[in-house]
Amino acid sequence: MQSLTFNQKLGRFILNWILLMLVWLMFTSTFFWQEVVVGAFVSMLLSLASISIFTCCDLSILRPDRIFWMIWYFFVFIKALIVANFDVARRVISPSLPINPGIVKFKTKLTTNYSKMVLANSITLTPGTLSVDVVGDTFYIHWIDVETTDPEEAFKIIAEPFEKILLKIF
Amino acid sequence: MSITEIIGGILLIIGSTFLFLGGLGIFRMPDVFNRLQAGTKATTLGGMSLVLGVGFLEPTWIWKSLIIIIFIAYSNPISSHALARATYRRGHYPYIKSKDKENMDAYQEVVPHTKEKEDKV
Repeated sequence: MQSLTFNQKLGRFILNWILLMLVWLMFTSTFFWQEVVVGAFVSMLLSLASISIFTCCDLSILRPDRIFWMIWYFFVFIKALIVANFDVARRVISPSLPINPGIVKFKTKLTTNYSKMVLANSITLTPGTLSVDVVGDTFYIHWIDVETTDPEEAFKIIAEPFEKILLKIF
Repeated sequence: MSITEIIGGILLIIGSTFLFLGGLGIFRMPDVFNRLQAGTKATTLGGMSLVLGVGFLEPTWIWKSLIIIIFIAYSNPISSHALARATYRRGHYPYIKSKDKENMDAYQEVVPHTKEKEDKV
């Protein structure tokens, strides 16, 4: 657990409060003032308790260019998810079961734990790949149709479009 | 029939189709890792469009269904990763079709194999 300065803690606390408040408003789906007051109180307590555990970053994540890349990432991700599903559907339906599975590895340039988690989760939901483990900066990926076992080539095919955007966000 | 009901119904059909394909994938694939591949992807998109379809059919639930979609997108890949890692470390190695069996499994440099060959299901 890294030690944080007071300003970092304050930034994380405020960001967490905003996110939890958004979740509360979506769950209750109302702006009735009693609901909002209770929600603000409860989410303040929760974010106080979870400053050093669940938070990823402080308020600088809300800069406009980062928000823009987050939205762009969302669209790239949804497209990859839909392509992945049609890919799985094609493999499952075709009678010959066209698979050539294996595990490949590659190195990433991302440094923080949180961005590595986002990258690993995205890789799992994109066509034909499933992240098995992350050791340091090395990803081990189960690939349903191995095109290359070379780490550089595999990185270009699997992770590059996501990592480009993640480097701009985090 | 309003337009939201039509959209909701279409989303329900898409979601259940993908869930069915995921189930078929779990039935047809040869080993744990390939089954996880089919299961994870299909249940993620299938579950998402099912929940979104319910949100469209019942418009007061749309915000709740969006939250459920975010939770699905977070938790589904994490659970499949945990299952795959635990499976490998327990000693069930991936089924490898090609001739080049040594190079096709890069993970054995982290977890050395203790058995001779991969499991056949």
